Amino acid sequence: MAKMGYYGRFGGAFIPEILSATLEQLQTAFEEARKDPHFWSTYQSLMSTYSCRPTPLTYAGNLSRHLGGPQIYLKREDLNHTGAHKLNNVIGQGLIVDRMGKSRVIAETGAGQHGVATATMAAKFGYSCTIYMGEVDVARQRPNVFWMEQLGARVVPVKDGARILKDAINEALRDWSANMDTTHYVLGTACGPHPFPEMVSYFQTIVGLEVRDQVVKQAGRSPSRVYACVGGGSNALGIFNGFIDNSEVELVGVEAGGEGLESNKHATRLASGRGSVGVAQGYKTYFLQDDDGQMLETHSVAAGLDYIGVSPILSAYHEEGRIRFEAATDAEVLEATRLIMKKEGIIPALESAHALAGAFRETGEMSRDDVVIVNLSGRGDKDIFTIADALGDTAWKSFIMTKAEEYRA
Amino acid sequence: MLEDYIRKTLREKDILLMAHIVVGYPSIEDSFELVRTIVEAGVDLLELQIPFSEPIADGPVILQANQAALADAIRVDDCFTFAQKVTSAFSIPFLFMTYYNILFKRGEERFFAETREVGIRGTIVPDLPPEEGESYMAAAAANNIDPVFILAPTSSPERINHLARFGRGFFYCVARKGVTGSGTNFSSEMTEFLDQCRRATQLPLALGFGVGSKEDVQFLRGKVEIAVVGSQALRILNAQGIQAVGDFFRGLR
Repeated sequence: MAKMGYYGRFGGAFIPEILSATLEQLQTAFEEARKDPHFWSTYQSLMSTYSCRPTPLTYAGNLSRHLGGPQIYLKREDLNHTGAHKLNNVIGQGLIVDRMGKSRVIAETGAGQHGVATATMAAKFGYSCTIYMGEVDVARQRPNVFWMEQLGARVVPVKDGARILKDAINEALRDWSANMDTTHYVLGTACGPHPFPEMVSYFQTIVGLEVRDQVVKQAGRSPSRVYACVGGGSNALGIFNGFIDNSEVELVGVEAGGEGLESNKHATRLASGRGSVGVAQGYKTYFLQDDDGQMLETHSVAAGLDYIGVSPILSAYHEEGRIRFEAATDAEVLEATRLIMKKEGIIPALESAHALAGAFRETGEMSRDDVVIVNLSGRGDKDIFTIADALGDTAWKSFIMTKAEEYRA
Repeated sequence: MLEDYIRKTLREKDILLMAHIVVGYPSIEDSFELVRTIVEAGVDLLELQIPFSEPIADGPVILQANQAALADAIRVDDCFTFAQKVTSAFSIPFLFMTYYNILFKRGEERFFAETREVGIRGTIVPDLPPEEGESYMAAAAANNIDPVFILAPTSSPERINHLARFGRGFFYCVARKGVTGSGTNFSSEMTEFLDQCRRATQLPLALGFGVGSKEDVQFLRGKVEIAVVGSQALRILNAQGIQAVGDFFRGLR
């Protein structure tokens, strides 16, 4: 047997032997699906009837004029069903689960977006569903927990480790180790053991394939630069894959700068030079870890970017120099959020606002003839509590207090 | 080498016991007392787990011990110092058990050179299949350390035969699906799996995951050379303290 699933020196499958046969089964099912000429069209048709694919490419005219640089276009993954690109991956894996004849799905979730998407898919396909979520995240993302439960999923708060996303992944892997006969693990991003990085990237490529044509049709040319936020990396790979072979297009991934690199409260694995190569959660990539190889705590205002590792595919592109990585701080992200709301009437997810912040910062380097695409990977209404807190909105605070009084009564 | 020790010891005992501790749990001093107690209880091999922040093959009991040790600022250096101390004090073979990142980050060659220096005889790395372990196996061989690989009941006979080419010392057979620390059904199904492992290798077999009573060990007599007891001993440690762990091991055979 050979090493599988490598991108440069990253990736692989570092998993307990008990899961070896299950990953092989998944690999086979995925390969067969990919070769099946009807599979992609089935997927596309489901995404266009159950969700609203293709999602539009929106010209942000006011923003472009305001910033005085390139023409900015937004790929509207926020208009996908459940409000983010996450559904692309989940529906694709749902079809694979059907081909494997399994009846139960499990998933990890940080902010809850992937959990909500998985619970949605499970309801649609008739699978039973368990979502693992760090106890800390359960406490700060109650609205998403509420929706997952309403959609019929069981949400298990993970009380071990740092009680965040990475711990939820560990717990999902443990569940899978015991229940693989009936259960598929719907990993939410292009990380983890082979074939997950490849499979998740494959489904997310629907974004890139759409936007490649849309931009030529609408702007009359290919973009100079494409920006995407990078947590695990699935939305970034999705849009970048549409342009990866076109060396004229510069690809920029924006990581979570948190409170700044000096604060050590961030999740900047690639742009900071502070990540180092390691092996955890089934794959080899850049991680934020100490000299012993113990994973560090991460921080971001956007829960979806608050993760120790990054897709091995992105680590490889990073080393090849094909994709440039930058970081945006929490403060820059809130500023970008405020700007796009006022100028374009679009409420971005805080994750996606990292890509906006990264793009806005660089507009001065480009001319009006340049075209820039920002992947607006998700909508921001889920972040109402965080954004209201960050903006210090007093009316919101008094509303919450009044509501609390009502419940107390 | 571990195999010779196992064969030799089997002339006196019909089944060997391998115990497991997490280095630095509940404290580095207590770890030493725990090792002493376990060795004095007649255990034949002992795994020293170097704690890791993401132990995906471990269930809640061992996972929490890993976290507690890390919260107590146990470093990998401390584990090597500890290993030196126990291998000097006690004559049974000790193995390091940990996850691959600990070796990868330290550098495999350095890790194994230091492992040899402190007198450790084997390694168990549950998240490293042989496909990913070429440099690991080379570094182990260069230092005369036995890399123990894991066989699982979910693997096909072909896969088990394939894995059997790589292990040294003995094979660690996983009793069932899941992680460490849950109950195991000692059944004819397990016997079939063990027969499959036996056909695949001449090396001794150890069986672990869910072994926690005299009855379990009795079931395994004649089927495997080594019974591995991990989580159950840790539960007893947590509930009743170090001395109770000694009584527990004495009562297993």
